[in-house]
Amino acid sequence: MTWDWQVFLQDTGGGETYLHWMMSAWGWTLSVAACALVVALSVGSLMGILRTTPNKWLVALGNAWTELFRNIPLLVQLFLWYHVIPSMFLVLRGVPSFVLVVFALGFFTSARISEQVKSGIRALPTGQRYAGLAMGLTLPQTYRYVLLPMAFRIVIPPLTSESMNIIKNSSVAFAVSIAELTMFAMQAQEETSRGIEIYLAVTGLYFISAFAVNRLAMFIEHRVQVPGMIGGGK
Amino acid sequence: MNLNLDFGFLNWGVISSFVAKGFIFSVQLTLVAMIGGIALGTMLALMRLSGKKWLVVPAAFYVNTLRSIPLVMVILWFFLLIPLLIGRPMGAELSAIITFTVFEAAYYSEIMRAGIQSVPKGQVYAGYAVGMTYGQCMQLIVLPQAFRNMLPVLLTQTIILFQDTSLVYAIGAYDLLKGFEVAGKNFNRPVETYLVAAVVYFVICFSLSMLVRRLQQKIQIIR
Repeated sequence: MTWDWQVFLQDTGGGETYLHWMMSAWGWTLSVAACALVVALSVGSLMGILRTTPNKWLVALGNAWTELFRNIPLLVQLFLWYHVIPSMFLVLRGVPSFVLVVFALGFFTSARISEQVKSGIRALPTGQRYAGLAMGLTLPQTYRYVLLPMAFRIVIPPLTSESMNIIKNSSVAFAVSIAELTMFAMQAQEETSRGIEIYLAVTGLYFISAFAVNRLAMFIEHRVQVPGMIGGGK
Repeated sequence: MNLNLDFGFLNWGVISSFVAKGFIFSVQLTLVAMIGGIALGTMLALMRLSGKKWLVVPAAFYVNTLRSIPLVMVILWFFLLIPLLIGRPMGAELSAIITFTVFEAAYYSEIMRAGIQSVPKGQVYAGYAVGMTYGQCMQLIVLPQAFRNMLPVLLTQTIILFQDTSLVYAIGAYDLLKGFEVAGKNFNRPVETYLVAAVVYFVICFSLSMLVRRLQQKIQIIR
């Protein structure tokens, strides 16, 4: 077998090279992942917090959310967003598939994040909550000023691996024809028959993306650490 | 809201001719990949904990590489590479079984590594002290406890594996999701079949995770 890396300089027939196409596909992968991460972090944190409140209805809501989105495969959830929801709610018919993928991936990941935020809050001594309430803070204030600042620092490592997972999981977007890396890999492989070169390049880009997220998270973890506290070091 | 759903076409005949075949394949894929993945994963974990560089480095490379590539890409890689290596085309189903075994081994190996490390080191020394070989020590002392400690995590990973089997969609293998999809296309009722597919996956995964939770509590009480 011989290498043929020049395949990336070939024209795709649309006036651009495969390299261009791959770079724009990388952009799609990163945008899907980044937007989904924003959705997942906000919804997941909210659900995780609800599951630790004293109100049993809020706890039940958080639990139901988590179980629902954790126990259906991501691809099936994606098809629900893409095929089922627009046909039930006609208003959503014009929504671009990018937005649907972002919500599918975001809600799927929010279940995992809610689990981690919950255990992060549970990991704090109960006395901190009581101390906050005893000082006259309201429950939301206790969360805002006492519990969450420490809980979020505790969950940075698992959130890092979820952020890396979200890049990997964004690859299912090929199933609804988003022009992201996996879709590019499948189509370019078919058109050029240089599958190995194409797959190697795409795999490399996934590596780089996940590695970059990892470094960024370590930087954040280092910046926000509280000296003398959990993971605080110096 | 437009709820014009009609599940009437989903009778036993349709389910047995379209869905059953896919369901059997999904279960088969999950079971083979679980057994093969745990066996291969345990071997990788033992390699990584052996302390011998020529065993540690390849095992770590294997695990870390597979864990940082999206599963869909791994499925595509194997579907492309296996025919090149063996020189003849291979069916999507068989290719999926090989891929999942190899891929899940990386994840099971991390679980087994944690399990082996959860056994106190003194037990291994005790084993050596009464004259056991490395193999006997592992087989009779460490691995049984490692499996037992990690059983809930291994089963949770298997539930994730079952969910991930739906990704064989990428190479067109006929699994549970595909079965529903084909039925939906034939009767022009995709909305209903995707909904039913979601419910079926949910019921299976939710009840299994409840079982794992109960098992976990049971193990905790005994220990």
